[in-house]
Amino acid sequence: MLITKLKSKEELLSLVTGKVFIINCHGCKEVSFPEQEADELEKDLLAAGKVTGILTTDYICNPENLKLRLERRRTMIDEADAVLVLSCGVGVQTVAEQLGDKKIYAGCDTYRLPGYQGVTPLEVNCDQCGECFLNITGGICPLTACSKSLVNGQCGGSKDGRCEVDPDMECGWERIYRRLEAVGRLDALKCPVQVRNYATDKDV
Amino acid sequence: MRITELFDRGEFVVTAEVGPPKGFHVEGVIEEAKTYLSGITAVNVTDNQSSVMRLGSLATCKLLKDAGLTPIFQMTCRDRNRLALESDLLSAAAFGIENLLCLTGDHTKLGDHPGAKPVFDLDSVSLLHTVRLLESGVDLGGNALVGEPPKFAAGAVVSPCSDSVDAQLAKMERKVMAGADYFQTQAVFEPEKFIEFMEKAKQFGKPVQLGVIIPKGAAMARYMNNNVAGVHVPDDMLEELAADKEKAKAGITGVEIAARVIKACRPYCQGVHIMALGWERHIPALLELAGL
Repeated sequence: MLITKLKSKEELLSLVTGKVFIINCHGCKEVSFPEQEADELEKDLLAAGKVTGILTTDYICNPENLKLRLERRRTMIDEADAVLVLSCGVGVQTVAEQLGDKKIYAGCDTYRLPGYQGVTPLEVNCDQCGECFLNITGGICPLTACSKSLVNGQCGGSKDGRCEVDPDMECGWERIYRRLEAVGRLDALKCPVQVRNYATDKDV
Repeated sequence: MRITELFDRGEFVVTAEVGPPKGFHVEGVIEEAKTYLSGITAVNVTDNQSSVMRLGSLATCKLLKDAGLTPIFQMTCRDRNRLALESDLLSAAAFGIENLLCLTGDHTKLGDHPGAKPVFDLDSVSLLHTVRLLESGVDLGGNALVGEPPKFAAGAVVSPCSDSVDAQLAKMERKVMAGADYFQTQAVFEPEKFIEFMEKAKQFGKPVQLGVIIPKGAAMARYMNNNVAGVHVPDDMLEELAADKEKAKAGITGVEIAARVIKACRPYCQGVHIMALGWERHIPALLELAGL
């Protein structure tokens, strides 16, 4: 099981500077989604004229399924400056993979609960850390894409784009840098020093 | 003495490093340091280098200090969580150790305890941030320190010949933002790449020490090319090392190569950091040939 919880209103509003396309993932049956809070947020954003469209669905971590749904809403997505994804970390990363040239924002933090973790693709992973970092990394999780789970940038162990710990693994921070460069968001790397908070589960 | 004082005075700062032994008999290391490194500004002490368990960096720093040298306490984030790192920073201050080099550290899988838990509670950037926070009299938990807070010269590392140098520069900027006072680089064998890197890095306004390794032979150079991220020994140097095996073995070729690299890069940097990897005895010859 896992819980997705909306980030603070303050943080969410700081992300939505222009127009957004919103994706709500009501998830697999293992996820607890903050439906009411998401509704309230979307009402506010709609009233402010900031929304180009809303997709409410499930299993956005299924790439084929997601692709079809996004294609049908291509115009609404093109009109938006960014896509705000309210889902677990796997969902956000799947959207970011498919809309590579778009700014993707994670609206939720994902918390771990004991039990079955749902069906997710192998390509991306979410550590369910409760303090989602995807907004400063262009939608690539630094905890699962970096062998040291670093949150402040690349170490010195990348060679030919590969991680020296596991040559079968791409350097996660090299990927993050390239992605941020591609979407024109390298300024995200100028964010304040990140210090992990391992006490997050007390908030659930 | 904090080495930032020397950078501030515009001095060209030469440092070297020693690796503590796998055991507690440290007399040999201290003697070697006194013999070959006494002309050098400060001596880095590695922290379980390459994830290989050894005598502690802090203890070795204290012994070197007692022997009249200026140690630089290398701290990695691999083996300790934030409480232990902060506590060791205070211990260093209590011993009068004022120079630090803050690193993330190699992964445990690359060392001699591959089954160990890699910690990485903090990383190089958040460790630098922690140093500056302690200096303001507060710890990472937000609690006040008792008495006068410590004061350090806090260094960091960067890899100028990395094939992802843009990502390295972005990380360097985060280290500057977190409070890094100075930088030491990964070993450089390609002065043109280093100079290009310094053109971009000079915007940060922090002193950079060129990292230097004395190559011990063609085999060692090829090993680094294949296994050490950010280090590349070009073909002409490989040929030079292979041409006269006896000369290379005696250290003469390696010293000549390292001296050439230093001379080519000297106008572009603020110091040199020599990683002799057991060849400390060749350092005096290198300094002389490089004109330092």
